[in-house]
Amino acid sequence: MTNLTDLTIGEATQKLANKEISSVELTKVHLVEMENARVLNAFITETPERALADAEKSDARRAKGETLGALDGIPIANKDLYCTKGIRTTAASKILSKFIPPYESTVSQKLIDAGTVMLGKVNTDQFAMGGSTMTSYFGTTKNPWNLDLVPGGSSGGSAAAVAAGLCMAATGSDTGGSIRQPASFCGITGIKPTYGRCSRYGIVAFASSLDQAGPMARSVADCALMLGVMAGYDEKDSTVANVPVPDFTKVLTGDIRGKKIGIPKEYRLDGLNQDVQATWDKGIQLLKDAGAEIVEVSLPHTKYALPVYYIVACAEASSNLSRYDGVRYTTRVEGKNLDELYENSRTDGFGDEVVRRILLGTFVLSAGFYDAYYTRAQRVRRLIYNDFMEVFKVVDALLVPAAPTPALSEAEMKTMKPIDIYAGDVFTTPASLAGVPSLSLPVGLSQNGLPIGLQVIGKHFDENTVFQVADVLEKAANFNQKPHHVKG
Amino acid sequence: MALDQRTIQNLSWLARLKLPVEREGKILNDLQSILDWVEQLKEVNIEGVEPLISVTEGIAPMREDKVTEGDQQADLMANAPESVQGFYVVPKVVE
Repeated sequence: MTNLTDLTIGEATQKLANKEISSVELTKVHLVEMENARVLNAFITETPERALADAEKSDARRAKGETLGALDGIPIANKDLYCTKGIRTTAASKILSKFIPPYESTVSQKLIDAGTVMLGKVNTDQFAMGGSTMTSYFGTTKNPWNLDLVPGGSSGGSAAAVAAGLCMAATGSDTGGSIRQPASFCGITGIKPTYGRCSRYGIVAFASSLDQAGPMARSVADCALMLGVMAGYDEKDSTVANVPVPDFTKVLTGDIRGKKIGIPKEYRLDGLNQDVQATWDKGIQLLKDAGAEIVEVSLPHTKYALPVYYIVACAEASSNLSRYDGVRYTTRVEGKNLDELYENSRTDGFGDEVVRRILLGTFVLSAGFYDAYYTRAQRVRRLIYNDFMEVFKVVDALLVPAAPTPALSEAEMKTMKPIDIYAGDVFTTPASLAGVPSLSLPVGLSQNGLPIGLQVIGKHFDENTVFQVADVLEKAANFNQKPHHVKG
Repeated sequence: MALDQRTIQNLSWLARLKLPVEREGKILNDLQSILDWVEQLKEVNIEGVEPLISVTEGIAPMREDKVTEGDQQADLMANAPESVQGFYVVPKVVE
């Protein structure tokens, strides 16, 4: 029998519809994998009882000839940044380590309404601040391709769990690359949709003008299915666009003849990792072979995206995280007056990277520096945005690497300075600042056998073209290598 | 912009964080290197460019100002480290 943990959602749905398997059966094999793979430290909270209850309900529906759609009975995991009613939601932090939300995030609710089975909450960098899961209060997640390597981040628990077959798909969130970079490191697919496509309601806020929910799965088609459910207007988040959500799977026609694909010359960094460059060249050739027209384009302000991103994101974070005060969210360290209670609770509850970003954000927002740093960054952000608007007058999509390297080792990252770590976001932050959709999919392996992803970036609310191009690239690249994660 | 120990202490106070003295030096170095690195934004000509606050600016809809999900006091207070009769308890703030 085929290994049920290797199926795509499309394949599993077919088997569920044909009554070849039940959702309970499918869920149980994933729960077993989840237990066997605890060495990966992908989950912060496992919810097997909830999962089996969800699966039984799904099977009961099917027995009556009913279904809630293509995801009914499919086992998934939620990044532990999504508030889940009655289930601990930590943002991988000490300060929220006992927080039990009294409400459900809009996106995870939509996935419940679609009949999915929730296996548990997966690891992330603390408050999604990082690219490795190393800032998690609950320890680093291991990369299933090589346990010495990080899975990327911040959605590293999601990426590792999907890659290792512990769940069929997972929610992620992306502020400056937190879906796309771990997808690349773990050899899976993930999309950061257009800013405003998914509701942020109930997702622990990091940088509100950048945060966006998105799916991570093992194929482009599975991401299209997931996003179709996750996206849509929500009156609880004023930044969600009131636009129709198309059936993203309908555009997977396999035909991209005549599509114009831009290759931005500013992404050709001096001394770029050779494996990444070779994979990018391969992707360009595959799209050309599929009949796309390759066009060199320019995004002149690309090099400023990283510093703009870190100023804007940290400023917003310092404001968003001011709510954790030791009064309302379960953990408190007493002090002799209210200010000291705040200080003690926050200092005890936040990790080093979170503290660094809060202080940087506080600095750029403080009197005397606000215009020189924060406003200036927002003005340069507009120039970066305008760059994308200009190239999208000429091309339908862009093809660029997802990350400047394959997955790094935890040991190596421990020796790196913050700005060297931040440089890992060089290819992902521009699309974040512009708010355009971007999908990362595995296209090749490095000489050391590690997956390398490429991003397909599209116009605002044109995920259709992104999926269409990515689907063609996926089939042409035929990336079918699996991680050899050690079973525990 | 050169940071000093006093600036770090002031930022910590503004952010209600209490850094142990032995960590102040490392944080100062980290922040200094980040600030040196963002200096490159000074070379960009931003004359006449409006700040981009949000890519969805202008679409924010208005809604009626009314309670939509009330009566959840008990649920919300369940996460309070300390509460009495539906109130959050904090150290005395008025002498």
